[in-house]
Amino acid sequence: MNAILTMIAQRLALGLLTLFVVSLIIFFSVSLMPGDYAEAILGQAALPDTVKAFREQLGLDQPAYVRYFQWLGGVLTGDLGTSFSSERAVTELIGARFGNTMFLAAYAAVIAMPLALVLGVLAALYRNSFYDRTVNVVTLTTISSPEFFLAYVLIMFLSVGLWNGSEMIMGGLFPPIANVSNDVGFWERVYRTTLPAITMTLVIVAHMMRMTRASVIDLLASPYIEMANLKGLSKSRIVFKHALPNALAPIINVIAVNMAYLIVGVVLIEVVFVYPGLGGLLVDSVSKRDMPVVQGSCLVFAAVYIMLNLTADVLSIVSNPRLLHPR
Amino acid sequence: MSTKNNSREKGELVLRMRGLRMEGQADGEWHEIVKGIDLDLHRGEVVGLIGESGAGKSTIGLASMGFARPGCKITAGSIEFDGTDLMQQSEDYKRNLRGGRISYVAQSAAASFNPAHKLIDQFGEAAVQHGVLTKSEADRDAKDLYRRLELPNPDTIGYRYPHQVSGGQLQRAMVAMAMACKPDLIIFDEPTTALDVTTQIEVLAAVKDIVTTFNTAAIYITHDLAVVAQVADKIMVLRHGNMIELGETRSMIAKPKEDYTRELLAVRTYKKEEFAEANDDVPILKVSNITASYGKGVNVLDNVSMEIHRGHTVAVVGESGSGKSTLARVITGLLPPSQGSIEFEGEILPPALKSRNKDQLRRLQMIYQMPDTALNPRQRVRDVIGRPLSFYLGMQGQEKENRIRELLTLIELDPDHFIDRFPGELSGGQKQRICIARALAAEPELIICDEVTSALDQLVAEEILKLLQRLQNELHVSYMFITHDIATVKAISDEMVVMLQGEIVEQGEKDVVLTPPQHEYTELLLSSVPEMDPDWLDDLLAKRAAGEVVSTIASKPNA
Amino acid sequence: MTRFLKFMQSAPWSARFGMFVIAVYVFVAFFVPVLAPFGETELVGRSYQGWDSTYWLGTDSLGRDMFTRILYGARNTIGIAFITTCLAFLFGGLLGFMSATLGGWVDQLLGRFVDVIMAIPSLIFALLLLTIFGTSVPVLIIIIAVLDSTRVYRLARAVGMNITVMEYVEAAKLRGEGLWWIIRREILPNAMPPMVAEFGLRFCFVFLFISGLSFLGLGIKPPIADWGSMVKENAALISYGDITPLLPAGAIALLTVAVNFVVDWFLHKTSGLRDEH
Repeated sequence: MNAILTMIAQRLALGLLTLFVVSLIIFFSVSLMPGDYAEAILGQAALPDTVKAFREQLGLDQPAYVRYFQWLGGVLTGDLGTSFSSERAVTELIGARFGNTMFLAAYAAVIAMPLALVLGVLAALYRNSFYDRTVNVVTLTTISSPEFFLAYVLIMFLSVGLWNGSEMIMGGLFPPIANVSNDVGFWERVYRTTLPAITMTLVIVAHMMRMTRASVIDLLASPYIEMANLKGLSKSRIVFKHALPNALAPIINVIAVNMAYLIVGVVLIEVVFVYPGLGGLLVDSVSKRDMPVVQGSCLVFAAVYIMLNLTADVLSIVSNPRLLHPR
Repeated sequence: MSTKNNSREKGELVLRMRGLRMEGQADGEWHEIVKGIDLDLHRGEVVGLIGESGAGKSTIGLASMGFARPGCKITAGSIEFDGTDLMQQSEDYKRNLRGGRISYVAQSAAASFNPAHKLIDQFGEAAVQHGVLTKSEADRDAKDLYRRLELPNPDTIGYRYPHQVSGGQLQRAMVAMAMACKPDLIIFDEPTTALDVTTQIEVLAAVKDIVTTFNTAAIYITHDLAVVAQVADKIMVLRHGNMIELGETRSMIAKPKEDYTRELLAVRTYKKEEFAEANDDVPILKVSNITASYGKGVNVLDNVSMEIHRGHTVAVVGESGSGKSTLARVITGLLPPSQGSIEFEGEILPPALKSRNKDQLRRLQMIYQMPDTALNPRQRVRDVIGRPLSFYLGMQGQEKENRIRELLTLIELDPDHFIDRFPGELSGGQKQRICIARALAAEPELIICDEVTSALDQLVAEEILKLLQRLQNELHVSYMFITHDIATVKAISDEMVVMLQGEIVEQGEKDVVLTPPQHEYTELLLSSVPEMDPDWLDDLLAKRAAGEVVSTIASKPNA
Repeated sequence: MTRFLKFMQSAPWSARFGMFVIAVYVFVAFFVPVLAPFGETELVGRSYQGWDSTYWLGTDSLGRDMFTRILYGARNTIGIAFITTCLAFLFGGLLGFMSATLGGWVDQLLGRFVDVIMAIPSLIFALLLLTIFGTSVPVLIIIIAVLDSTRVYRLARAVGMNITVMEYVEAAKLRGEGLWWIIRREILPNAMPPMVAEFGLRFCFVFLFISGLSFLGLGIKPPIADWGSMVKENAALISYGDITPLLPAGAIALLTVAVNFVVDWFLHKTSGLRDEH
């Protein structure tokens, strides 16, 4: 067991180190900005005195490493600074929207995970069948489509409907805009976010299913599965008793990769559905070049992403029989 | 199950195969790989299937269970097991037989045991699933069989996971697993091929013991006639999916009917005719007190010294982990040693590859075990052989072309046919010849041959050995021959070096090392090599039991 | 040539369909000035006119011809994605092969660097960098090429590693060959099939990525005709049940599907990764 604990500790330490380096990148990338930061915000026409005052207000006259540690200290105590455009605290802006984004991601994950795993395992078990080929073409098409394309197609068919020249046909099932606020109840919220959740599900299921299929096929080709066949075991026993325990690590990996993808993929979907999430906020702030908000949101996204990958790493160590039972 | 208990005596027909034909898929097309095989097998009888790669031995073995690997199919014939034609039966019926009345022992136990479950759970799984035994009965049987097969700690070893047990033990555990249901038929598919010779003995003894004790019918698949001679009552020789010869083991070995069988029997009898005379010049290669390790771990080589003289062949013999390949890496400069020196014709060689000059590199060439990976699949024969010519000797144009053709002729390949081919268009033996030509192109003084014949079929390997010998006679090049195969050593070497765990335990002229008195490890190694004598294994085991010969040595890690 | 034809004949319908689609797109990209009825940025009518015989697919929010802009989009969007992918392969491929062949501290250093870059989701990183450097086409190309080259690096290194352990590479090292010769003559020819397939997949990814950014208004900017931004500009029509804004998005999807089909078949053909066993 000790070897495993050491490995996990190593991964955790590595994860923390990565997070630290990422925070460095996010903070110092700002200094790559052409021209002076304050000038960039205030514009070329600003009076030198105004720029100077603004610079002092931002603390730009202090050395970079001091500013970094001040910023890092702020981050650790939940203070990400103040938004340039709205004058509100970044933490407050992000906090409200982070919950929404996690809600949407979790919603999509709850539908996508079981669906993708079942479809993927079936495709692997019945490979080269009609089902497998169909699924292959369908998922390839889904992966190839931009998320906003899928989103608009769903909006047309399930929400606004199609204009056939004289009247609107179909549609009307779900609202085209996922408008949620804090006073909306849980089920109403679920209803309003169904379209974005379905869109995300489509993309994730396609990716996950293909990865699951590939790793299960890989596994089924191993000699110990042939041995299980030659021992005359039933197909279900082979799958559940012999394949599954060894498939855990690769499947956990597939889930984690796609969860991470989900968190990021949410950005585009939120914009299409005008959903008040972190992704929408980030895109808005990028257009406004609202640096504190961009830095804050990037940090949150990166942290979630690193954490998910870390979890996957640790889980796949724990589910590896060779590591669990060392010599 | 009723037939099982009432007749255990020898003689009853267990398996009757008639006109078996099978096809396999390659490059999207189906090719016939088994071309009409008949086979009868009686209770208590062991038939050996023998042949080179592509003979269809494993495919036939699996077919006797009514099983075809993905990409293979049975196209014609009948497979009657205990009077019922499996071809006519449902998948469920066949599944019930597998692991119950017919069981299978795979070549690589390490890959064929599921890493996620304990050995003892895998032992009883088939029996419990088929309703033959309860779990506790199965566990009890497992321990009995582990004890019988002389596994260490038979009562507890079953509670280990496969990766916690060594290769030889794992293979014996798999033999035990095959016996869990007391089957009527066992298929042994090259169960000792992946093992060292000293370990092979233990598994062979286990197989023989099991088969005779339980009076089980068995099919034993191997490419090694000497191995199969120890366990089989009859032998079937296969080639390209056809049966060449079928006969009683003793009569076939004494009087083979077919030429092909005779060739297979003859492979281990090749001996070089003239031995190089001892000369007292400066040796070509002198290795002094070499110690080397990978990283900061234990030493893989410990204080190794040896010499190779001009025109001589020195065989370096040892089992896996003996450090023989590491020695080659040190000599070539890939792994600079931590201590010791290497002299080439009296001149000290820089330890690292990068600090050696072109001429030093040229004089020392290497031939590898796997001709498949030793040739770049994207380079034509002309480029493979031509590169050392232009790189070391500065040859260009027509001069180079002529030399390439000369070299091809030298290795007995027709230049017109072969000069423009890619490695993918050559057979294994032809590829190895090209590797030899590439080494010769540099006009070296010493060639290191790293297991150059072990990836090849025996007949092809023999041809390669003869070629190397002829080249040595003509060109007076020296060979350092790394091998684990004593037959190869006997065939080609002048001197030999025996290695064990990074140390040289014995070295000297071949005949001296091969004749007793010897170091106990040399004795163990030599006595473990199967001979073409059906009584060899029984005699050896009797002698070992009586303590007349070594059966184990103190420093050898448990097999 | 006959071998090539035979090779093509062995392609399944999906791959043939893919090759046909790619050919059409490339043709349009090259000959768009001849094929298009109007100019790329020419204002030809009122805004949001319906489909008719003059304006086959109607006009956009500013009154430019939709059909013309979709044709020009082929040249602009595909061209930018293609250049970006090529740059990514140049950086990533070269460094990856160097890492594999040299090993040691070069490999360690590059590996750690790539690990850190990849620890940040690429869309997020791209958004951060675009905020800093502003959004212009050259900046876009360089940022995405650099971010994407990390993935190319990983693959090139892995492929290169599998080849450097081969004995023919060891044989070349023992012969005394230099680094550049080994990369060029021993590694590159054997690394081509997986790298070509990866090129197809990376192109799809980059193409979708750029389209996504343009859709967000942070990628290729008007008046350049680009499929992603065309969807954004005309999205309002969707609430009237008009499918016109979806056509550029469909054009993106169709090309990506086509490339994926071809790559799928190519991988199946060359890697020996067959499902049968």
